[in-house]
Amino acid sequence: MATVVRELELMPTAEPAHARSILSGWLTTVDHKQIGILYVVMAVCFLIIGGCEALVIRCQLFWPHSQLVAPDAFNGLFTMHGTTMVFFVGMPILIGIGNYLVPLMIGARDMAFPRLNALGFWATLFGGMLVYFSFATGGAPALGWFAYAPLTEHTFARGPATDLWALGLVVSGIGTTTAGINFIATILGMRAPGMTLRKIPFFTWTILWTAVQIVIAMPPLTAILVMILLDRNLGAHFFDVQNGGSALLWQHLFWFFGHPEVYILILPVFGMISEIIPVFSRKVLFGYEFMAAATAAIAFISLGVWAHHMFAVGLSRPEGLFFAVTSLLVSIPTGIKFFNWLATMYGGRISFASPMLFACGFLSMFLIGGLTGIMLAVVPFNFQLTDSYFVVGHFHWVLIGGTLFGTFAGIHYWYPKVTGRMLSERLARWQFCLLYIGFILTFGPMHIAGILGMPRRIYTYEAGLGWEIWNQLSTIGAIIQAPSFAIFAYNLIASLWKGKPAGDNPWDAWTLEWATTSPPPSYNFETIPTVHSRRPLWDLKHPDDPDWQYE
Amino acid sequence: MELLLLAQVQDDMCMFRPASPPAESIRDLSILVLAITGLIFLIVEAVLVYCIIRFRRGAAGSEPPQFYGSKPIEIAWTAAPALIVFLLVLVTARTLWEVNVQPPEPREGDGALFVTVIGHQWWWEYQYEYYNGQKLGFATSNELHVPVDDAQLPRPVYLKLKSADVCHSFWVPKLAGKTDLIPGRTNHIWFQSKEPGVYLGQCAEYCGTQHAKMLIRVVAEPNMDFEKWLANEQRPAVEDPAAQKGKAALLAQSCINCHTIRFPDSPAKGTFGPDLTHLMSRTSLASGILRNTPQTLHDWVADPQKHKPGCLMPAFSVNEHDRALMVGYLSTLR
Repeated sequence: MATVVRELELMPTAEPAHARSILSGWLTTVDHKQIGILYVVMAVCFLIIGGCEALVIRCQLFWPHSQLVAPDAFNGLFTMHGTTMVFFVGMPILIGIGNYLVPLMIGARDMAFPRLNALGFWATLFGGMLVYFSFATGGAPALGWFAYAPLTEHTFARGPATDLWALGLVVSGIGTTTAGINFIATILGMRAPGMTLRKIPFFTWTILWTAVQIVIAMPPLTAILVMILLDRNLGAHFFDVQNGGSALLWQHLFWFFGHPEVYILILPVFGMISEIIPVFSRKVLFGYEFMAAATAAIAFISLGVWAHHMFAVGLSRPEGLFFAVTSLLVSIPTGIKFFNWLATMYGGRISFASPMLFACGFLSMFLIGGLTGIMLAVVPFNFQLTDSYFVVGHFHWVLIGGTLFGTFAGIHYWYPKVTGRMLSERLARWQFCLLYIGFILTFGPMHIAGILGMPRRIYTYEAGLGWEIWNQLSTIGAIIQAPSFAIFAYNLIASLWKGKPAGDNPWDAWTLEWATTSPPPSYNFETIPTVHSRRPLWDLKHPDDPDWQYE
Repeated sequence: MELLLLAQVQDDMCMFRPASPPAESIRDLSILVLAITGLIFLIVEAVLVYCIIRFRRGAAGSEPPQFYGSKPIEIAWTAAPALIVFLLVLVTARTLWEVNVQPPEPREGDGALFVTVIGHQWWWEYQYEYYNGQKLGFATSNELHVPVDDAQLPRPVYLKLKSADVCHSFWVPKLAGKTDLIPGRTNHIWFQSKEPGVYLGQCAEYCGTQHAKMLIRVVAEPNMDFEKWLANEQRPAVEDPAAQKGKAALLAQSCINCHTIRFPDSPAKGTFGPDLTHLMSRTSLASGILRNTPQTLHDWVADPQKHKPGCLMPAFSVNEHDRALMVGYLSTLR
């Protein structure tokens, strides 16, 4: 280990040309922290691209019969928006944050497989570029992000865009899978002495289960994407009904990936929230064991709920009821988590610094996304709501109100550790307020438009059905949201120079990453610490009343 | 007649104003679910707001007391949501069994209408199978005519859903929830309209370029009117001596490769586009996006791509004279 550490230290100064060495340092890095930063920077770039696509979509829908973009251009935009946000923003940003933090939190010097880790990042980036390359071949794929067969068959999608889409997702899927394997190996095999599985920081626990879901869910996706490529290019007939294939098969296999995917996008956020709420409430996480069990329960149940995306495909009544039951069951462990977060806040001394602000945004909004999820699990209600704008409102409420607010909380919380500088609190408050108001205004009205009968994925709509006002409010909301992302990007960059120096532990937090310097050295810890409880820094500060007495 | 129908067009597609038993069952269940989730929302947000206000940090002080957890409390807030879930499963099952029923076999005097719906990119084909036990066997498109319940007899409508190309979804919110049309599968849906009127809907599963313009109009009429309409649709196309030139012009064009016009020995037997035999009995064109008048029909034939870019009917370069003749003939097809 000692020689490895020395090599890592020597690496940045080995080259004489400084700028070039920094660049090649980033391009060839196998350090988990640098790879983590690369993931997050990539995800933020794709977030801006996907956000611009969403703005064009919203502008088109401001008036009925708008002619801003042509039908297929619009269909391409929502396909790319969905694909981008799920595969090139949501997953990479969470994997990136996990990459940076997991070894630090468990007292390791790097991930278990550093080279595989680098491969994972570059595969994700190149996968994204492949998908976007479709714009250069005469238009984006116009499929919707779940690309229902047989719309993806050569008969209905002639250009190379669909091939590039499938190929790009295969490549990035390889990257995601390697990240999942790496997390599992790291968390199971590289913890500091004394840190049993029952004592790992909660974020690490959620990343472990996210990784398990990645390893289970990605292979079916890769398989169906390859099947599509075979259908399109080598004359196979997996999804071609005329030749004995099955169009419905795609839906089952896609959602067998797609629903665990939703939890891949939210479990790490639960983890971040479970780190942030205790620190800013100055209380230990309430009910760690129940929270941990709830996480594992969500990961298991999520493997058996996929057909709730398919209630309208003509399932038999018992099938429909089965998937309604499993889907409703998810609300129990999710409820446990929610109540435990509230119990952690109860009786605390809460400070509303930016991470906690976003965490409260998460709590207040994710609840609503969860409740509309319950409505969608009630099969007959679903017959009306599915594939309407209500669903669009619902999953944006979960992915923005949940994943994005939680991720912003995490980024504001750990930025000082990563850069050694504090983010501007003033800008963070502006970002939060604009996002909170803009988000509610954008996605709230979508629920109503859906109840009024507006289907999703339509490039225009008829006047006089009462849909105009709700679409116009949505567009205004999107315009209010846009500057909050600009403020965020500016804050991330400007604070590198202007931010107050952070010190090792600006939030007075308790997990191991705060024990090292900010930013941490490439070897993370001079000596690997020995751990006795879930809050090693609390023990250090309160030797008279350490945590391990109570765990 | 046309004016009357237009006056009755429902100007909303709101699932909370149903006009058919399955949509009513769903409305009732939805209100219950909204009440339960609304209550949870109020309670949890209230606790959150209370925590935020009550426990925000005042003057600097020592760390608050630490609570590591409590088994009884955890069990309590596992059991409470479990009970709510149990309740939701029961009401879900009840309504699901009400709404989702397999169609019966057609029999004499059952008052039921059986139609096979075939989804095409981007229009609807309706093959009328049975009404009141009588075999029908004709096809029309885009506007689905159905009978309304009357005092003597409920008149349910059973639709068999199929697709000719990609996935679609049949959704008329005031009549029933949606059901997908999936190639290689046959699905079923039923409703029973209680009030005469035109109910609007549209395709709810993304199906390609013109998914947005695949509208549905369900014309629900009293039994007398419906039977009159049925009798007319079953007849072959009208033979208007004044329009014979237009007929000849149309039959000489490639229109007949995709469209059907029913009359003895008709060469127009295409099934790729809508059946035109009684084109003028429909109030709209191109899957509900244009009002059907001779003028809009002329514009549509001249260049469909202008009205519905990407649709599968190309603009044929027919000269103006022939086109006027053809549209003249089509305008007689009542």
